[in-house]
Amino acid sequence: RVSVLLPTYNERDNLPLVVWLLVRTFSDSGIDFEIIIIDDGSPDGTQEVAQQLEKIYGSDKILLRPRARKLGLGTAYIHGMKYATGNFIVIMDADLSHHPKFIPEFIRKQKEGNFDIVSGTRYKGNGGVYGWDLKRKLISRGANFLTQVLLRPGASDLTGSFRLYRKEVLQKLMEKCVSKGYVFQMEMIVRARQLGFTIGEVPISFVDRVYGESKLGGNEIVSFLKGLLTLFATT
Amino acid sequence: MTKLGQWLCGLALLGSAWAALALAPPGLQPPAPLRQALLPLPVYLLVAFGCYSLATVGYRVATFNDCEEAAAELQEHIKAARADLRRRGLRL
Repeated sequence: RVSVLLPTYNERDNLPLVVWLLVRTFSDSGIDFEIIIIDDGSPDGTQEVAQQLEKIYGSDKILLRPRARKLGLGTAYIHGMKYATGNFIVIMDADLSHHPKFIPEFIRKQKEGNFDIVSGTRYKGNGGVYGWDLKRKLISRGANFLTQVLLRPGASDLTGSFRLYRKEVLQKLMEKCVSKGYVFQMEMIVRARQLGFTIGEVPISFVDRVYGESKLGGNEIVSFLKGLLTLFATT
Repeated sequence: MTKLGQWLCGLALLGSAWAALALAPPGLQPPAPLRQALLPLPVYLLVAFGCYSLATVGYRVATFNDCEEAAAELQEHIKAARADLRRRGLRL
């Protein structure tokens, strides 16, 4: 059984589409599932849309577990996991950059190698992106190269956030991880390796934001570098 | 040991080996041609690593997959999703 954790903030347009795709993917592949929507008090009506979805698909499949304000991704996962009844947890973005069609592939990969974590990678195989200009690609590859040199993490895509975890593994990792933002995703993989967990990879396509604003700027880059150096010095 | 620790150890090891050979007092010095090659070695290695980095990142940027079909497929799915959701009573 798979529990999908969907932290949302102002995803009123994308949320119904993501949920529809998830439901269709799971019913087509016969995988038992639940979707846990953790909304951080979005002012744009995301919660209202979520309630409609709960009515359409049933409250055993769509679990609304909102919070009062924007409290961050890490705590959203912790909060959502409390209600998860699946033995596998999928974390992904709710903005349609991650397509649910890859989830059955994650599961297949997990069974294949009995992996503790399956990570979607944009950098290997036929993984890739759509909607990125040269500058964005340069930053992405450059940052990833730096990360590979400094951390030698054994996974090709560290900042990706489309992953499948065994529930106990995610719980263990959440206890240990302290960073925020992109670095948080990196820290999960690094700590996982430290604790001896196995990681499998599946190429995914990342289609940049269909609706809404993306969140990458100078600030993000600076905090990424700070976080990378912190991981370098402490793990 | 942390990654930083590993790097410091590695650099200390290589650094002391280099210093021992390249900066040795007369009498213990290795033959002249070897010394001539040894002295600028750290800078050479740095430059070589810089070139390798540029080449690798450049290659990876150039071969970064563009998922045209994925984007097109997503647009199709979005259309189907909206139609179906409207049928099921979702008010956007």
